[in-house]
Amino acid sequence: MEYFKGLIVILMTSVLVNNYVLSKFLGICPFLGVSKKLDQAVGMSVAVIFVMMMATAATWPIQTYLLDANGLGYLQTVVFILVIAALVQLVEIVLKKYIPGLHKSLGVYLPLITTNCAVLGVCIANIDDGFGFVESLVNALGTGLGFMLAMVLFSGVRSKVDAGNPPKSFEGLPITLVAAAIVSLAFFGFTGVVDNLFA
Amino acid sequence: MSKLQNFLKGIIKENPVLVLVLGTCPTLAVTTQASNAIGMGLAATFVLLCSNMAISALRNIIPDKVRIPCYIVLIAGFVTIVELVMEAFAYEIYEALGIFLSLIVVNCIILGRAEMYASKHGVVDSAIDALGMGVGFTLTLLVMASIREILGNGTWFGMPIPVLVDNKISIMTMAPGGFFVFGCLIALVNKITKGKAIKKKEFSCAGCPCSPVCHKEHQECGEEVVR
Repeated sequence: MEYFKGLIVILMTSVLVNNYVLSKFLGICPFLGVSKKLDQAVGMSVAVIFVMMMATAATWPIQTYLLDANGLGYLQTVVFILVIAALVQLVEIVLKKYIPGLHKSLGVYLPLITTNCAVLGVCIANIDDGFGFVESLVNALGTGLGFMLAMVLFSGVRSKVDAGNPPKSFEGLPITLVAAAIVSLAFFGFTGVVDNLFA
Repeated sequence: MSKLQNFLKGIIKENPVLVLVLGTCPTLAVTTQASNAIGMGLAATFVLLCSNMAISALRNIIPDKVRIPCYIVLIAGFVTIVELVMEAFAYEIYEALGIFLSLIVVNCIILGRAEMYASKHGVVDSAIDALGMGVGFTLTLLVMASIREILGNGTWFGMPIPVLVDNKISIMTMAPGGFFVFGCLIALVNKITKGKAIKKKEFSCAGCPCSPVCHKEHQECGEEVVR
């Protein structure tokens, strides 16, 4: 039971408190670029969740059984980015061949994810935090869900912001960033929620 | 374009962060302290310089179809070198930058300059371009970190500043402050250049390092550069 409580705490922490986009600043580019329309935001987020889980499932065993076991820990960066890049290509090919429907809706986002720092970030963070395999997967899922939450919320905020009439110098990106600051401020409300989850 | 102009364009006219809007994540994340900003800036500049020179030297050998994976492997190699060197000689900054040091690999600035500049120009020009962009990146980080550290913590490079140190606006060193200061800086650049900078900049897919692999979905990218 304690074990499951621990997993739930990891999940809630990564979704709400340590939200990757709004408090750790990872994956800002897709957050700003693809959050214009709700359906695109959801599509991108689902693709990110998918790739994060796959990447964690691939990189955790590689780090533990291949790199650490042979004292090659310093190759982490090179190996992880290659594994992720290859994995994204593989996923795209497999989806195209066997699940064309899913490929049609997610496929466009997949190439963008290779160099998404949130994916590499979550793989490295799992190792740094000393998570086990299941914990790592849960953390990856939570991080992906947190990304989705931020994207969906922000696409709503953004449709209002775009309709507004800011000063000329603030048009476009600057006002979007200020709006992101306010959304990120809102997430501060979740600080401490998880600590008292089972208290 | 003369060599001096080539160097200077990275600092103001084509500033990688404020005008090209590349490398947003480290810009927001490490600018809580001025010393971190310098560490990150120098690390990224070193990687940028090495990768630009290597890619430019190898540009006729690397096959066009697999160039992006080749660039990433080269960049990851240089990042590993920086990580090991910083762990050995600048451990405090290594600890403070944490995960973002490894994430230089996926920094848009480096892949972006490789794709946009180094793959088309000679070694010397690419090196100058890399230095200019690196200095521009470092300066921008320093400016942002100074604003955030002075307002949010009342210190600059750890030195307390009278009055402000007793009246901290701590939100500036936290996540919302990062977004806010970045937005205001871009607006300031827009104002100073009278909107020219942002109009001239390729907000389209062309500026995105991923564009060669995802040419089919230009409309998906929206206006901003998407990683």
